Amino acid sequence: MESVRWRDSIAGYLYLLPALFVLMAFHFIPIFYALYISMFNWRILQGPFVGIANYTAALTNPDFWDSLKVTVYYAGGVVIISIVLSVLIGYALTQRIRGRSIYRLVYFLPYITPVVAAALVFRWIFHAQYGILNYVLGLVGIPAQQWLLEPRGIVELMLLPIGIAPPGWAVGPSLALVSIIIFTVWHSIGFGVVVVMAGLSNIPSEVYDAARIDGAGPWQMMRRITLPLLSPTLFFLMVVSTIGAFQSFSSVYIMTDPVHGGPLGTTRNATMYIFQNFFEFTRLGYASAVAFLLFFVVLGLTLLQVKVIGPRVHYQ
Amino acid sequence: MSGSWMLHVPLVIGAVITLFPFYWMMTTAFKGIEEASAFPPTFWPTQLVWDNFPRAWQAAPFGRYLVNTVFVALGQTFCVVVSACLAAYAFARVPFRGKNIVFMCFLATMMIPIEVLLVPDFIILKTLGWYDTYLALIVPWATSVFAIFLLRQFFLSLPNELWDAAQIDGCGRFGFLWRIAAPMAKPALVTVGLLSFHGAWNALLWPLIATGSSEMRLLQVGLAAFQSDARVQYHLWMAAAALTMAPMLVIFFFAQRYFIEGASRSGIKG
Repeated sequence: MESVRWRDSIAGYLYLLPALFVLMAFHFIPIFYALYISMFNWRILQGPFVGIANYTAALTNPDFWDSLKVTVYYAGGVVIISIVLSVLIGYALTQRIRGRSIYRLVYFLPYITPVVAAALVFRWIFHAQYGILNYVLGLVGIPAQQWLLEPRGIVELMLLPIGIAPPGWAVGPSLALVSIIIFTVWHSIGFGVVVVMAGLSNIPSEVYDAARIDGAGPWQMMRRITLPLLSPTLFFLMVVSTIGAFQSFSSVYIMTDPVHGGPLGTTRNATMYIFQNFFEFTRLGYASAVAFLLFFVVLGLTLLQVKVIGPRVHYQ
Repeated sequence: MSGSWMLHVPLVIGAVITLFPFYWMMTTAFKGIEEASAFPPTFWPTQLVWDNFPRAWQAAPFGRYLVNTVFVALGQTFCVVVSACLAAYAFARVPFRGKNIVFMCFLATMMIPIEVLLVPDFIILKTLGWYDTYLALIVPWATSVFAIFLLRQFFLSLPNELWDAAQIDGCGRFGFLWRIAAPMAKPALVTVGLLSFHGAWNALLWPLIATGSSEMRLLQVGLAAFQSDARVQYHLWMAAAALTMAPMLVIFFFAQRYFIEGASRSGIKG
């Protein structure tokens, strides 16, 4: 008996070997290696040990906090807008209407396009001088905007016509960052729609039948049945898109000037900040420290979501 | 009937907005340089300039980039499918020691943001002498925990009777995987394969760091470099964007149900 289990164990690890090797060598061990690197003044080569100096340097650097603020604005915008639109579109597409599969195909299409190529197209659409967006908005009387070149906050710009200048902390994300958020929502909405559709199709129709017999209206059914029973799906979408948004890089790299972090650095997100410190300034130790700080933020945020929102999720 | 219009109107507006960037990419790609930067813009090219596509393609070594990308994407896909299939089978069907702990560790690696891995993986590649090679592009991403998770679910759903019957017929553990379980998992394997091909085709951050020479460049990196080279030539950018997008769109057209299946599966039991 004992020897059989032993043979099984060897067999099990033999099957695991290829995956285990890749994960160990390039994903698991590197975390500890990164921690080690982050405690050195590591340029191209390993320098002297500096302890937590890289961490304190990051925490006292306004550029780090700015990049974190950009990341939080970006993640918040993308996650909230994507989830609301995914629910609306996904709900509409699970009703008995014609052409459902065509709609689903259309909304999913952007998701499979390479981000670099698609972001390039949006850069052209958002072009301040020749862009089609300014032209179309001009037709309905909205003045031309600088879009990806605009460092001013969205709240500031919206309050401009009525002559109110909001205080510095309330100007909101720059219009350049908002433009990137719009792009990301366009690009990722198909994923959310498909996930919501799968979640909705898991709700048994008997629940709706019973509610109808009890005289529930469409709004009540949405509030009391659909949304609660869909909450595990929405919770999953929220966690996954938050983690994804914190790692976003390609769109920012393509749509705004990567060297200056967009207009006045207002689109330099945390990933970009790490990339620059690593790739351009070859401050490998510092980049690793910032990456760890970001890791803790993502981890904390995920735990917060699980602790605060998790208990409100209804599992069937 | 009147109710369905309430849905169709916003859905059509949404669909038009969703498709517009594709339309705008294509029409710009066919315009001449002056018409492309005309304001107000024209919604349809006065004359279709087919020449933009070969010009964009030759403006940078895109042919080389394409070969690199296809090779890396296929290599990565093959590795992911094989390694994930083997690992998933072990997790689902082999009673080995420490299975739960190892599985939890696997899942935990999904939480690691790529930013944390950039520096250490870069140094590891340099030390191995893999920097600027195909190995650097393929091996670090040669497995996928999501793929393992997806395939494990499938292997768990196979009835035990199947295994018992195969054993009576003298089928060993690997024979069962090779001849029965894997062929039955074909749709799941295709989904996993397409997702990793798609991931490899789209990657930017890792190829940017793992390679340096133009000979090793992938399409998306090449496109990103192209846009900083050829300033203001929007018609050529759009032509290049369309060309690098095209293979993915063709694959999606023929295999859309696998892509959509992959996305909707990711939400179940997340």
